[in-house]
Amino acid sequence: MPTPKTDQKTLLGAAVGVPLIIIFTSQLLDMSLGMALILGVLILLRVLFADNRPITIAVMIAILLWAIYLPLAHEENSEFLGIAVLILAYSVMALGLNIIVGYAGLLDLGYVAFFALGALTAGWFMSGFYSDAGKGGEGFSFLVSDPAASLPGIHLNFVIVVILAIIICATAGMLIGLPTLRLRGDYIAIVTLAFGEIIGRIVINGDELHYKDVPLLGGPIEDVFGKGANFSAGRQGITPIDKIDFPGIEPFKSLDLRPWFWTALVLVLIVLFVNYRLRDSRLGRAWIALREDEVAAASMGVPLVKTKLLAYATGAAFGGMAGVFLASLLNTVNADQFQFFFSIFILAMVILGGLGSIEGVLIGAAVLVYINFKFIPDANAKPREWFNLDLDLSELSSAIYGFLLVMMMILRPEGLLPERRRKLEMAEHVGVGDTAGVGGPETDVFEARA
Amino acid sequence: MSAVDDSGQTSAPPPGADGDAILSTTNVTKIFGGLVAVEDVTFEIPRGRIVSIIGPNGAGKTTFFNMLTGLYKPTFGRVEFDGRDITGGRPDRIMAMGVARTFQNIRLFATMSALENVMVGQHARMKTGLFGSILRPPRVRREEERVTEKAREELRYVGLEDDLHDQMSINLSYGDQRRLEIARALSSEPKLLLLDEPTAGMNPQESKELTEFMRRLRDERGLSILLIEHDMQVVMEASEYITVLDHGTKIAEGTPQAVRQNPRVIEAYLGKQAERDHTGRDRAAGDEAESD
Repeated sequence: MPTPKTDQKTLLGAAVGVPLIIIFTSQLLDMSLGMALILGVLILLRVLFADNRPITIAVMIAILLWAIYLPLAHEENSEFLGIAVLILAYSVMALGLNIIVGYAGLLDLGYVAFFALGALTAGWFMSGFYSDAGKGGEGFSFLVSDPAASLPGIHLNFVIVVILAIIICATAGMLIGLPTLRLRGDYIAIVTLAFGEIIGRIVINGDELHYKDVPLLGGPIEDVFGKGANFSAGRQGITPIDKIDFPGIEPFKSLDLRPWFWTALVLVLIVLFVNYRLRDSRLGRAWIALREDEVAAASMGVPLVKTKLLAYATGAAFGGMAGVFLASLLNTVNADQFQFFFSIFILAMVILGGLGSIEGVLIGAAVLVYINFKFIPDANAKPREWFNLDLDLSELSSAIYGFLLVMMMILRPEGLLPERRRKLEMAEHVGVGDTAGVGGPETDVFEARA
Repeated sequence: MSAVDDSGQTSAPPPGADGDAILSTTNVTKIFGGLVAVEDVTFEIPRGRIVSIIGPNGAGKTTFFNMLTGLYKPTFGRVEFDGRDITGGRPDRIMAMGVARTFQNIRLFATMSALENVMVGQHARMKTGLFGSILRPPRVRREEERVTEKAREELRYVGLEDDLHDQMSINLSYGDQRRLEIARALSSEPKLLLLDEPTAGMNPQESKELTEFMRRLRDERGLSILLIEHDMQVVMEASEYITVLDHGTKIAEGTPQAVRQNPRVIEAYLGKQAERDHTGRDRAAGDEAESD
């Protein structure tokens, strides 16, 4: 008979956390109360029997079944499902960024670049944007059913576009990573921030950027995309984007969110799998070692350049994956989506939940998506109703996140559900600081050579 | 003190004169801006020997060390390891070739367990890449098992019992952290082990144990060891050859006996102490705290 954990900390955490989760999901997210209660019980079991492997596995399977059933317990077009799909999509982003920032400790403030490139990939290969593509401009399609297949433009299957986005973003991630290799900490943040901005600018001005201008490649690319094809549609945006479409099933509809939910769930499961596997692997250990002490890591045989670039590439790939999904869900690729604010939004999820903590990042994504897509729009009506104030809260959303982050730093700097390591780092800051501090002078003159 | 000049003048014949040096440097120089930290040091570590570098604070010992391990690139000169030129090579490559080190101020991966620390030490001996890490085929599983087992063996070898293996390294006692650092270095199966002040902060009993341990390493594993050390007791007992640096230049080298009695060394390093204390012991030098 397996015995539950009964230490005070676990019990206290469960007593506070589980009711909070039930209240959050059922009252704020409008999940059905029954599903919320089941989730609460499952999480309670997960926490209490964390040391027992068979029970943990059983609970995990139960949570998975619960998640698969979840959309069926709600209206196919309910507000809850709308939020739930966004939570899943943003979780993919946040878990990707978690690899770069949480695991490898490379503070990336330009994550929006990968959202942009992923969404743009969808714009290129899943829409009528390149209306001259294909023989005689009749369009090109692959594993896509009507009506998209018979329209002009390039229409590839969602899975293929996701793979393309992964390749494009991983490459871009490494290219962006390259100039940061000699840098540390804050300086990495500045360079990545600049790259995020640059990509945003390029997308905005992409309607002036013609493939024929690209040296060497220009001709062949135009042969594929059609004469006079542009890099992007600029401020106009590319719309509509094909709905996700798998052979054998009819294309997804914007009014039935269930298939969207299941697709996003699969994406999240893939990212979760990769996150868990990487955490306890040669590469994951190398990332953490790098984060803890770069000089020591290099001296222990960890190649800095390769290891860092792999972190950038992996994180970026997931950003691109989520980008394709969001582009199809939102039905548009609009340059105005690719703002610096987006990077902060995702970073805030990671920090709020707990850097490096997979479960924490999921919670962070849920909370922030709720605030951004439900709380603020809902609350927006109130000042007007109550005080006749013309106040747009969404203008203040940055301030709200800023406030949240400051409060977190004061109250719980390690995040809502910290990773075991980070918790320790925060709690015994003096100790860790000591090792780093004494090594300081040596660190400064370390010639990190690429 | 009649034996002063027995061994010839300032330096005994180079220890590795027979040509079998595991590591050798030729005219290695490091200049930081206007500061010449290490100047023209030519030196050898004979295979299977314990060699020490000593010198007053700021003599350039750690800088020299960092050039051997690739953390610094020598401004001039050449470093050869096991017959191959490693001058200015990348730290991880040099590590992979068989040079492992510890640090003067312990530099463990603080929030990783003792076991994980040692597993990182084997990074260069593993093959798993990104996709292997994600998909974890049987080959990768076997490698993980092998590396874990090896890590446990190394931890036991340096005297860390099994109940400490899963402790966060930062929670270990100071002595255990020192031991862990050595285990981490050993796990990569180096040919040459560089120890940067391994006894700093240890009591005489622990230092004595470490001296024994270094001998064991040399005898059981055929390791060559290069030691930077301030504790003269340890240096004299452990090392077979000693090189003395002062102001970045080599002022003497030879057997402990010869170096101890070398007038230039006494003047540069032990001078004051020797004058004051005619028993000829030079323990006091070990009390200095190095901060370079």
